[in-house]
Amino acid sequence: MSLLYSDVEEELRGSVRRVLADRAPWTAVLKRTESDEPYDQALWRTLAADIGVAALPVPEEFGGAGASWREAAVVAEELGRAVAPVPYLGAAMATEALLTLAADELLRPVAAGQRTVVLAVPLGTGPTATPPVSVRADGDTLTGTVTGVADALAADVLLVFAGDAIYAVEAAAATRTPVLSLDLTRRLADVTFDAAPARRLAAGEPTRQAWRAGWRAGAVLLASEQLGLAEWCLTTTVEYVKTRHQFGRPVGSFQALKHRLAELWVAVTQARAVARYAAGCLADDDPDTAVAASLAQAHCSAVAVRAAEECVQMHGGIAMTWEHPAHLYLKRAKSDSIALGTPARHRATLAGLVDLPG
Amino acid sequence: MDATELRERVRDFLQRHDPATMDRLEFLRARFDAGLAWISYPEGLGGLGAPRSLQPVVDNEFAAAGAPDNDPMRIAIGLGMAAPTILRHGTDEQRRRWLRPLWTGEEVWCQLFSEPGAGSDLAALGTRAARDGDGWIVNGQKVWTSLAHEARWAILIARTDPALPKHQGITYFVCDMTDPGVEVRPLRQITGEAEFNEVFLSDVRIPDAHRLGEVGEGWRVAQTTLMNERVAIGGGAVPRGAGFIGVVARAWRERPELRTPGQHDALMKLWVSAEAGRLTAQRLREQLATGQPGFEGSAVKYAFARLNQEISGFELELLGEDGLRYDDYTMRRPTGVGWDARSPGYRYLRAKGNSIEGGTSEILSNIIAERVLGLPPEIRVDKDVAWKDLPR
Ligand SMILES: Cc1cc2nc3c(=O)[nH]c(=O)nc-3n(C[C@H](O)[C@H](O)[C@H](O)COP(=O)(O)OP(=O)(O)OC[C@H]3O[C@@H](n4cnc5c(N)ncnc54)[C@H](O)[C@@H]3O)c2cc1C
Repeated sequence: MSLLYSDVEEELRGSVRRVLADRAPWTAVLKRTESDEPYDQALWRTLAADIGVAALPVPEEFGGAGASWREAAVVAEELGRAVAPVPYLGAAMATEALLTLAADELLRPVAAGQRTVVLAVPLGTGPTATPPVSVRADGDTLTGTVTGVADALAADVLLVFAGDAIYAVEAAAATRTPVLSLDLTRRLADVTFDAAPARRLAAGEPTRQAWRAGWRAGAVLLASEQLGLAEWCLTTTVEYVKTRHQFGRPVGSFQALKHRLAELWVAVTQARAVARYAAGCLADDDPDTAVAASLAQAHCSAVAVRAAEECVQMHGGIAMTWEHPAHLYLKRAKSDSIALGTPARHRATLAGLVDLPG
Repeated sequence: MDATELRERVRDFLQRHDPATMDRLEFLRARFDAGLAWISYPEGLGGLGAPRSLQPVVDNEFAAAGAPDNDPMRIAIGLGMAAPTILRHGTDEQRRRWLRPLWTGEEVWCQLFSEPGAGSDLAALGTRAARDGDGWIVNGQKVWTSLAHEARWAILIARTDPALPKHQGITYFVCDMTDPGVEVRPLRQITGEAEFNEVFLSDVRIPDAHRLGEVGEGWRVAQTTLMNERVAIGGGAVPRGAGFIGVVARAWRERPELRTPGQHDALMKLWVSAEAGRLTAQRLREQLATGQPGFEGSAVKYAFARLNQEISGFELELLGEDGLRYDDYTMRRPTGVGWDARSPGYRYLRAKGNSIEGGTSEILSNIIAERVLGLPPEIRVDKDVAWKDLPR
């Protein structure tokens, strides 16, 4: 398995980056955080349908592009670099869950970028064998609440776990109460079902498989997002300390900063290797994927947080202001480190996987 | 003066001044006049010349009697920075004019030091003060000025002689924030609120009687402010298990479902750091018999910033799903800095400023390395050049 980027991946990165530079500069992202439409649905349609990012991991038999999660992970890097307000993570988790269920009729509009399906689980859910269940099924209706669901506000369809089954529910049939999230670029919602009509997709073991696969795809993509975010923080900070002068010289000429930036570069380099390995494993359905996913989360979460924190510190007072982009990255990085399990949680999971019992 | 005697004095005072029936301000003024405000200050200026380390004895006694306090979070800049500077460098008249209403909270103070181009390199500041008869005319821009929107007075440093090297041409003033030439514009922070401001000074007139210290001595006077600021930020008297560690400890005790062995060890490491920091601050306060800290004080602020950041980062991860939520991003202009009633996310975000405000942690490290340890200083290209000739 190669840990490098292919030419095709670099090309894909280029097109995604161009769209984001044009449509989601940080000033636009910041403005949107306090608007009535926290998700940029038009941008998401361009990415999902026109660039075709929604189709990447979907095989051609389901109307997809027949690429893989490796390419999808490159997209996640770019979205992280831009802290773009699109429902990519929730949609990717649902896509992988649908793939394990071979849910043809839902996958086709997803791959075409026409409909957004999101996995309705709390964003903070760590690695577990069985899905978190807080909703009950009565025949073909669902009742109950799932708290803190990412991207639910941008969804057309929600995939919901109830009993030992997984259901598809039209998002309009649920009450989605926006939550004030720490990270304003990835919104959470508490989703309530009150006898909402639902379609059962599977029950029993396939449900658990769909959960594990969906969660795992999310964890792997999140690591790539964290990588992109960390790269932005590093690059932006390096540029700043070259130009900001104090004591008659660029502050980047002080070894105190220089060494920390060099260390950060080393950490980002490692994050890239680890994230690429996880994406490769997921794409190849490699037996090491579980290890790779938790390894990537345990490592990349911490690197992204450190990169964002150093970005704030090395910018000084200006980075403490709302009108500077650093806080968007700090909040995303910290939320990402909690999303899908904290590094501590992933280390504990890894301990079991690599036979290092506590 | 020992603790027993102080307690007696407070009780005696309380017998003659009933906090339950007396007007709050009258009570605070009487407390000041009785020397029971800041006991290490001289008699006649709110104190008794007693050791600073005994201050908690007095504060606790008043608190136990249900007496009103002076809302220290609202007037932290006055208490921690302006007051010790006025005490040390002010004339008798200046001390009498400013210290009493400062302590009672009748007059709020802010600090007009930092400028867009002069943060860590504060001595490079460009705000100009030009002589004009028996006063000064001040022009320039200050930034990151906490609570300027609440302030009646500001401590201000400005350049009075651009032909001298940067440290020598600075003078220290007290600026009237109600002067028509003072314009305060809010700067919103990453927490959502605007605790600090930009302050534009246009032809602000300051009488010479409001100068602190000699002309050209402003940098030296400012050292008193800065060293006190660092102790004020990091060296407060807190009981064991209070502060940031107290909040996270409460969450740990109340929510057993959050506990994991790994996080337990992480929490205990933070608890040990918090206690080490607390005892170091206590020891420092005992050393400060005169109330004037030296360079060593920088260490408590350095440790405080790191600890707050580590604890609040840990708290968010411990809370997991709840840590993904925030309480309020509404743009407001707060009247003080308080973190205990806010969400963990607020603590995490606000604590990021702890290693920037009052001298960054890098600058404090330089001070410890060069001024305490005596390591050879960084090569300074700008030290002996006239300020006006510095490259900009
Ligand atoms: C919340 C908050 C409240 C504040 N309140 C006030 C206030 O009320 N009044 C006031 O006057 N100011 C206030 N400040 C301003 C504060 O004092 C400055 O932000 C601080 O001194 C840093 O200056 P700067 O922001 O220009 O950063 P810069 O000086 O530009 O620093 C940028 C980076 O370079 C590093 N750096 C600079 N020089 C060196 C060096 N020699 N060696 C190694 N690293 C170096 C810094 O540590 C930092 O990481 C406040 C700041 C904050 C964040």
